[in-house]
Amino acid sequence: MLKITDLVKRYGGGDPVLKDLGLTIEGESVVSIIGSSGAGKSTLLRCINRLVEPTSGSIVLNGTELTRLRGRHLREARRKIGMVFQSFNLVDRLTVMENVQSGRLGYISTWAAIMRRYPKDDIRRAYELMERVGIAHYANKRADELSGGERQRVGVVRALMQKPEILLADEPTASLDPKTSEQIMGLLRDLSRELKLPVLINIHNVHEAREYTDRIVGMRYGRIIFDDAPGALDQEAMDRIYSGSPAADRADGLRQAS
Amino acid sequence: MSHPDTWQRPPFISNPVLRWAVYLGVIVYVGWTLVTLPIDWGRVAEGLVRAQRIFGGAFPPSFERSGLLIDGFLESLKIAVLATAGGVLLSIPIAFMAARNIAPRPVFYLGRAIVIVARSFHPVIVAIIFVKAVGFGPFAGVLTLIVYSIGFVAKMLAERIEEIDFGQVEAMRAAGAPYFSTLAYAIFPQIMPRQIGLTIYQLDSNLRASAVVGIVGAGGIGATLANAFGRYDYDFALAITMVIVAAILLSEGVSGWIRKRL
Amino acid sequence: MTLAEMGRDDWARFTLRQRMQRYAVFAACALAVAWALGSIEIIWAWVWDAPVQMGDLFARMYPPDPTNLGTILRVLWETVNIATIATAFAVILALPVAYLAAQNTTPNQATLWLGRLILVTSRSVNTIIWALLFVAIFGPGIIAGIVAIMFRSIGFVGKLLGEAIEEIDKRPVEALEATGASRFKVIAYAIVPQVMPTFWAVAILRWDINLRESTVLGLVGAGGIGIILQGAIDTFNWREAAMVLLAILALVILGEIVSAWLRRRII
Repeated sequence: MLKITDLVKRYGGGDPVLKDLGLTIEGESVVSIIGSSGAGKSTLLRCINRLVEPTSGSIVLNGTELTRLRGRHLREARRKIGMVFQSFNLVDRLTVMENVQSGRLGYISTWAAIMRRYPKDDIRRAYELMERVGIAHYANKRADELSGGERQRVGVVRALMQKPEILLADEPTASLDPKTSEQIMGLLRDLSRELKLPVLINIHNVHEAREYTDRIVGMRYGRIIFDDAPGALDQEAMDRIYSGSPAADRADGLRQAS
Repeated sequence: MSHPDTWQRPPFISNPVLRWAVYLGVIVYVGWTLVTLPIDWGRVAEGLVRAQRIFGGAFPPSFERSGLLIDGFLESLKIAVLATAGGVLLSIPIAFMAARNIAPRPVFYLGRAIVIVARSFHPVIVAIIFVKAVGFGPFAGVLTLIVYSIGFVAKMLAERIEEIDFGQVEAMRAAGAPYFSTLAYAIFPQIMPRQIGLTIYQLDSNLRASAVVGIVGAGGIGATLANAFGRYDYDFALAITMVIVAAILLSEGVSGWIRKRL
Repeated sequence: MTLAEMGRDDWARFTLRQRMQRYAVFAACALAVAWALGSIEIIWAWVWDAPVQMGDLFARMYPPDPTNLGTILRVLWETVNIATIATAFAVILALPVAYLAAQNTTPNQATLWLGRLILVTSRSVNTIIWALLFVAIFGPGIIAGIVAIMFRSIGFVGKLLGEAIEEIDKRPVEALEATGASRFKVIAYAIVPQVMPTFWAVAILRWDINLRESTVLGLVGAGGIGIILQGAIDTFNWREAAMVLLAILALVILGEIVSAWLRRRII
């Protein structure tokens, strides 16, 4: 269970990006966070694994308070949180297998990491997961030889290699074409069911959020102003989430909502 | 369904025989060269004592003979200025000779040969020869750095000329322009920005190099430094080195600043 | 009103101000050259005599004398070894320096300045000056040469590598930090692979430069082919000096071919 209470993040002296935010995620549900650019979606996700340092508040994952961890304890906590990125964030010049195994770096010795001597269990698990998402035959290819959808699959497998207790996905489909994007969303949903894994997805595309997730959280100006099942996201809620945002953004949101 | 539980990173050289041959070759080469290095450990140990004496003698740096220092430095500056002016002027015709798309084949080979010879010899070697031919002093330094400048400027300029847009040349020829007008209107405008950048860069390099060629007798602050070393005036040598370093940093900064603004 | 009356029959490429600026730059250049020419201590008689002297020197060099070719080639090989060994050590030593001198990897401000200080010191002192120092310390010989080239190369390699580290794609670094990997593993997996191409390119480039530099070490007593050249010149054995020069020319051209080939193969 992930429980966020009174989370505040302020950059410099300005207006806070996150304002006393509270959010609880239980069970293995797929939760999407929608909201216009600048609403604080990405900051919220990055506060959870502390890529961004929260200003105040509390984030508890399965009994561990994350906001006060330092050094080794922080790294141990991060191992339990998988993350998938918008631009995949793979190491282009390494092979797919090395990229996938880099999800295990927190668990193996430095020597094994440098010599690429991965434990047998990890290699077997990597092949299983890669086969599950359909990239096993690319194990020895360099990451930059793959297409966008395939690269995101590598990103997903890397995160799953951590055996995470929760998976965060920051705009996982924003760099992909519509068809691939749906495939990745479907994959995230199916994996969540298969692995009994809660998944928290930041997403721009409201249609995909409705289609593939169990619960939608709407953010605006650093606050959660909508939190319900996809069916409850009506025109009025859409207006509240997106009103006043740049015209293009809004039109896009409305069209996808209808 | 079972999955493999071993994985090996694809090796850089896929042919195993070749791969091991390369590894073995590198190990044998490095091992053999290191073992056969004529190191006299006694001499090295002695050297450490000597290093102590040198550094002890070098601190604090002595600026007592600053007159000598300033003269040497100004001479280096003059050498650098004259060599840059001469080198860049000579580089232009040589660059045209060494550009494949402009020069007739035999001229091209001659131009390339000049550039290769000028580039291949370290300025210190060129300086020794000029010192023997025209005597000690700054003149040998100027000649040396002219050769040095040609090696770099003519090469870069020739490469730029080879990349120019030839359509402009054809347009000039189609308009019936004579040879030199074609050069002036279709080629110079295309290479001018590069030429100015190169000139400033070369002035900077020449200043650096002029500190060195002096060591073998070609004038400038290098000569002052070599003399100080020869007379075991390590404190003066340190002062000279500090001035050289400061001047180089300054000139690098200035030349970088100007080239950025061009 | 005709065009001429409007003053449109006159055209200049630059405005008056631009023209003035250009003239000012030209004048400054001319002045600098005039100052240098006027005050430099050159005996002009020697200058007019120079072409004759040069011709005379080249005449005495011809034909090159190959009697000592065996020795020349052996020492030339030694020169290659100096360049190669020094480059290898310098490249390895430059790694930690680059790590310190790159803003995004250095542990703190103090180490950043330490790294930069090492780079600047190494880069601004020429190989020959380093060689003078190390000959004074270690005595004449190869060791002084190797150490001198190493000292100069560390700055060169370290600076370029440090810049490469600063320019890497930071997103994979973020991703690996998110997996809970330690600092060292993040460097090994996210930074090293990105810097590898630059590493090889810089190593090869510096080896090519060092090959040239190692040919002159001998002139200050730091080993290599320069010693033979100096000997031949000091004894006015110009035909042998010509042979040595030809050998150096061949070596440098060969080095350029080898490094171009390596660049193609490795990168």
